[in-house]
Amino acid sequence: MEDQPIIQFRLDRHSGLPVYRQVVDQVRQALRLGVLRPGDQLPTVRDVVEQIAINPNTVHRAYLELEQQGLIEGQPGRGTFVRRSLPGFTSQTAALQRRLEAWFRAARAAGLDDEAIDALIASTKRSSDTEEAK
Amino acid sequence: MTAALETLGLGRRYHTTWGLRDCTLLVPEGTVTGLVGPNGAGKSTLLRMAAGLSRPTAGTVSVFGSPVHPNGTDHLGRVGYLDQFHPLYRYFSVAEMLAVGRKLNSRWDDASARKWLEDLAIPLDKRVGRLSGGQQAQVALTLCMAKRPDLLLLDEPVASLDPLARKRLLQALMGTVADRGTTVFLSSHIISELEPLCNYLIVLSASRVQTAGSIDDLLANHRLLVGPRRDQPPDGVEVIDVTQTSRQTTYLVRGVAPTLGSDWQSLQPDLEEIVIAYLTKGETDGAPPIPVDADSDPKGGAA
Repeated sequence: MEDQPIIQFRLDRHSGLPVYRQVVDQVRQALRLGVLRPGDQLPTVRDVVEQIAINPNTVHRAYLELEQQGLIEGQPGRGTFVRRSLPGFTSQTAALQRRLEAWFRAARAAGLDDEAIDALIASTKRSSDTEEAK
Repeated sequence: MTAALETLGLGRRYHTTWGLRDCTLLVPEGTVTGLVGPNGAGKSTLLRMAAGLSRPTAGTVSVFGSPVHPNGTDHLGRVGYLDQFHPLYRYFSVAEMLAVGRKLNSRWDDASARKWLEDLAIPLDKRVGRLSGGQQAQVALTLCMAKRPDLLLLDEPVASLDPLARKRLLQALMGTVADRGTTVFLSSHIISELEPLCNYLIVLSASRVQTAGSIDDLLANHRLLVGPRRDQPPDGVEVIDVTQTSRQTTYLVRGVAPTLGSDWQSLQPDLEEIVIAYLTKGETDGAPPIPVDADSDPKGGAA
């Protein structure tokens, strides 16, 4: 089991996201979920390339960005390791989720379909992001 | 930027039509460069001339700074070329094909070739003609890679393969790039397939290069501008493609408009939208193929 990589990357050809961004996002997601923990070794560039058939430069670039974010660290001759984790789900998350569920029920009861709900969430998020930026 | 492959005004004429015309391009060393274009755009013509298998009618082609001479042997050691039909000797066994490669190439890596074939579970004693299409493609690519070329030219390498064979071949290819830093120049007309493999892209249409550049730059330098119908694009941008409806106008543009009216919506196009815009432009600008002046064509251009 020790030889197996801790995470398996996936390539979504229809996401519209650049491939290096997908790799970055998947590492960040794994850090949030606790799948990757400080000290863990990331797959080598060669391993990722073999896994999902992508350009090696793309993996280098994704790892470089994660290194600049202070999340991982390349150790010459040894590999790339996780330096720190990202805040994941906590007890507060569960409470927030319950409030969100209640809100969804209210929205459906008010006759909103999925598309209308998505549009409302997106526009509310945008306006609250602008509020915060002020 | 060092060029693994460079062409200058390269052209190839077949009787009265040009298979490729006035093609000037550069494949930077160390990149995986994709060559996109519709069928008949001149992709295979270009790759065959780069491999020295076809004689240019006009212009020059050079590999790592040295000109490629048709039927010359100087560049052969550094270049691997895989034809889209994966030509192999059908009646040879896989081991015999390896022996051919070993005897004809000075930099042959027999151990790696055997290991690749073993990993792919391709039996060495089987006749090539009895392998599946996917296995034949793997054998052909293995022969190409065992030459340890510095430049790999691949003409539609996965077009005839099923999804699993396709994935395995591309994994092997990207593994080689990771190990050896091989420059790869490969053609395809499926953009979504090229995008994860390539960091550089050349769009060929109507036998001319429509655009070329790193994929990051292509994405960063183009915008989709959507707004109410009008006949004039905003200032400061180059229009590549335009779509009109009775109410709406969509421009795909190169460059960033310094000032953009508030009724314009500026969106990020994906790579496929950008490439299709250039292909459409190529069709409009380039068609029909220009007939050749009969006086200037003494030999009819047979290779």
